[in-house]
Amino acid sequence: MGHNVPPDLLFFPSEGVFISTKGRHMTITAVEKADNRPTLLRREKIERVLAYGLLVAAAIWLLWNAIGAPVQFANVTLGGIRTGAIYALVALGYTLVYGIIELINFAHGDLFMLGSVFSALILVNFFGAGTGSPKDWALMILTLIIVMAMCAGMNVAAEFIGYRRLRRAPKLAPLITAVGISFIFQWLGIVLNGSAPKSWPKVIPNGGIHFGDVILDYSTIVVIAVTLPLLGLMTYLVQQTRQGKAMRATAQDQDAARLMGINVNRTISFTFGLGGAMAGAAGLLYLETFGTTRYDAGFQLGLMAFTAAVLGGIGNLKGAVVGGFIIGVIQAWNDGLPHGLGQQWSQSVVFTILILLMVFKPEGLYGKPTVEKV
Amino acid sequence: MTALNVESTDRNGELMLDVKDLAVYYGNIAAVKGLSLTVHKGEIVTLIGSNGAGKSTTLRTISGLLKPRTGTIDFNGQRISGREGHEVVALGICQSPEGRRIFPRMTVSENLDLGAFLRRDTDGIAADRARVLDLFPRLADRINQKAGTMSGGEQQMLAVGRALMGSPQLLVLDEPSMGLAPVLVDLIFDTIETIREQGTTVLVVEQNALAALRVADYAYVLESGVLKMQGDAKKMAENDDIVKAYLGG
Ligand SMILES: Nc1ncnc2c1ncn2[C@@H]1O[C@H](COP(=O)(O)OP(=O)(O)O)[C@@H](O)[C@H]1O
Ligand SMILES: [Mg+2]
Repeated sequence: MGHNVPPDLLFFPSEGVFISTKGRHMTITAVEKADNRPTLLRREKIERVLAYGLLVAAAIWLLWNAIGAPVQFANVTLGGIRTGAIYALVALGYTLVYGIIELINFAHGDLFMLGSVFSALILVNFFGAGTGSPKDWALMILTLIIVMAMCAGMNVAAEFIGYRRLRRAPKLAPLITAVGISFIFQWLGIVLNGSAPKSWPKVIPNGGIHFGDVILDYSTIVVIAVTLPLLGLMTYLVQQTRQGKAMRATAQDQDAARLMGINVNRTISFTFGLGGAMAGAAGLLYLETFGTTRYDAGFQLGLMAFTAAVLGGIGNLKGAVVGGFIIGVIQAWNDGLPHGLGQQWSQSVVFTILILLMVFKPEGLYGKPTVEKV
Repeated sequence: MTALNVESTDRNGELMLDVKDLAVYYGNIAAVKGLSLTVHKGEIVTLIGSNGAGKSTTLRTISGLLKPRTGTIDFNGQRISGREGHEVVALGICQSPEGRRIFPRMTVSENLDLGAFLRRDTDGIAADRARVLDLFPRLADRINQKAGTMSGGEQQMLAVGRALMGSPQLLVLDEPSMGLAPVLVDLIFDTIETIREQGTTVLVVEQNALAALRVADYAYVLESGVLKMQGDAKKMAENDDIVKAYLGG
């Protein structure tokens, strides 16, 4: 496309975004935004018409699928909501960390992967849980809590060892460190899980509740039953507690927060811990939904969850959750509907939608400057 | 280099803040070189000097945002140099920083609450809130407005009010008059006198030297990170030579 990329911009071709590393504020800009020719106004108009055309086409396509195969449509959408909940939990970790120290935590997807591996090792290997008995359910909940604590601890440790001393360094330094930590986590994944995918027995039985031919999977019920209270708890923590107030203040101005008597280091640790705990929960839910673990699961899922966070407006909690569900459902539609493009196109479809949104609303769905970041 | 002493004055009140031989660096560049100053209980002390003299650096070091290269800072006999910012606040020093630094996406009310972040005495907080809103009635009118949408003067009032919400023994103000209309400058300095009358000791940094000397008891003049002069504030303001030489009068 012949863009001149200034040295302080990182270009991510797969995501189609520039990430500026200049100054205090890291900004993410879609490729199309970088173009600055005088014909921009006319071009923007054409682009807008095109995008609305695409939206209408998408709506018609959805309707076509929904009317043509209503049962399949409902089942696929339910599956999308389930995946979306997992994306939402992981996306929260990206957005929390970005909100407080403006770091895109590349290692976060891999932390989620470790969460799934820890879950399998603890639940199946250590506790020896089988499928469906009350004891198995209790062990699963116990494992959930243990894994959330483990992932919280690992995220706190990564911040303490890796990012803390780089807080006043140029933005690129912590970003590269995050990539390094991502490798360390993947290596740990290989050590614990091997280089090939592994299948595990699940506590949640297969099947579900039937409404005619529409099936509400047991796993979907569990995923939602775990995710919703976690989201509620998180909202409460951030909005109502002292620690949450400290987080919001630190996100807006670290030195000013210090002058209020806020322990900024502890607040940042807490934020990493919170994000890590959500990734841990997502790991267990992933294991219980798909029954597999693989050391590279964090790459693709992390990318989707990061996209969800950007789509919602990175730094915005509500945006991450809404973005997660949107991406999950869109991906399910593409993969599972009769006239979808199929699984091999999932990422292309999701990123196309992200790029389109970035063109018209670069700040994301909820990323208005007046809206609170955390 | 010893600083010129305008006229030695008796400084009543016990020693509160004791800065000795302070040197602060940004990388290899010294911003403050061997500064010593004291603040006694009940005083208004001002630190004046032109832009880039090292005033804000000094205040940021007192509040624990910067670490001194050498020298010490004691507060009520306790060593505070080298401590973290939040620990300094807990000991009773609250600062309204240069450029206000209010939390723009929070309301006025939330900003004031954050000023009292470390306090648990609900009644005391409510009383201080009433006191701040009494000092700055404008803030009461805007209590639920997002702080970032207020005018510069209102934001300055909020920054001072927020610092007062910590119920400090020592209130530190960095250029509270910056960018304000003359009427508001007067209001801010009147308020500083009121705050002192209500029992809070004040250390105020100013480029607007004459306005600061008018309310202060004792003054230090900083130039390129070095203390040039100290003495009774009123006498300094009356001395034409000094005003011409150092205060841009
Ligand atoms: N963050 C910083 N990094 C490097 N140099 C700085 C920084 N802040 C201030 N300085 C330098 O330190 C000196 C003193 O600055 P400052 O304390 O802000 O002065 P004042 O508040 O008196 O205007 C100036 O030369 C300024 O350029
Ligand atoms: Mg200054």
